[in-house]
Amino acid sequence: MTVQEPDSPSVLDETRDPLMIAEAWMRDGRDVAIATVVETWGSAPRPIGSHLVIDAEGNFHGSVSGGCVEGAVIAEAVDVIDNGKPRMLEFGVADETAWQVGLSCGGKIKVFVERLG
Amino acid sequence: MDPHLLKKLNAERAARRAVALVTDLGDGRDRIVHEADQVAGALGEALAKAFRSGKSTTVEAEGRTFFINVHVPPARLVVIGAVHISQALAPMAKVAGYDIEIIDPRTAFATPDRFPDVTLHADWPQDVLGKQPLDSYTAVAALTHDPKIDDPALEVALRADCFYIGALGSRKTHGRRVERLTAAGFTQQQIERIHAPIGLDIGAANPAEIAVAVLAQVIGAMRSRGLERAVGDEAA
Repeated sequence: MTVQEPDSPSVLDETRDPLMIAEAWMRDGRDVAIATVVETWGSAPRPIGSHLVIDAEGNFHGSVSGGCVEGAVIAEAVDVIDNGKPRMLEFGVADETAWQVGLSCGGKIKVFVERLG
Repeated sequence: MDPHLLKKLNAERAARRAVALVTDLGDGRDRIVHEADQVAGALGEALAKAFRSGKSTTVEAEGRTFFINVHVPPARLVVIGAVHISQALAPMAKVAGYDIEIIDPRTAFATPDRFPDVTLHADWPQDVLGKQPLDSYTAVAALTHDPKIDDPALEVALRADCFYIGALGSRKTHGRRVERLTAAGFTQQQIERIHAPIGLDIGAANPAEIAVAVLAQVIGAMRSRGLERAVGDEAA
């Protein structure tokens, strides 16, 4: 008898796990890009390895920052889906676009964006 | 990324197997590496470290830049015994990021009242663990002091190669336990994997302090997987 069973993190949550969502989207025939945090400096909001998955219409799941640069990553991802060439993006306070899409926390991140398939 | 690779990666993650997706950042090619795979050179060293720490990283090897995205299953802690120590251990383990569950067939002990917000099985360990198999990313701490309840769990844990196995009890109690496990067919080498008396030696004087000692020992075992020397000392 199981007395109590709260949400168990040992099981992948298919409705929230970006890579599971990417697989489901692919199964539905949607074009998908996967963005991954590959390097961080200073205080970065999401750890290395975090994913944001994006489809050709700009729908997305997951995160690569606390919401600061997602908009820019999504725009780039739509391009990557178009031409199929992976791209490395860098964001940080030193970036000239800092005021629009920089990291307010003062950190720096590198995000790799690739097309699925 | 190759769609087949993503499917394979997700299947491995769902099955609680440690895998790394290694991407060549120059051309975007990637492949899956399992923890047991032998990989030579700087890439192999970085992979071993990533599997141990659970931290993803970028590494320069063979004149190329690789990104290692490591997916280690969330560590599970299965506690046998809904006892006083477990009441302190459950919230602490949760804070440390462990997915904890408690098994105790004694319904007077295993009550939601005593263990709010914890997965609790008021059933025999052999029945529960038959349905939810243990694996090498699971730690087992046997805390009931009752061989009828502890022993079956320890036997399953030894066979499943859990990364940590600990059992409460004095040296004398453990001596008798060793005799029983030997009679059950376990080798000395297998039995020596059991941490007993349980917990790091910090002079723990009450249930909450013993819980700290146990959790510290579990973390030490997790972070030294695959290393010859364990982090910290045994016996408390």
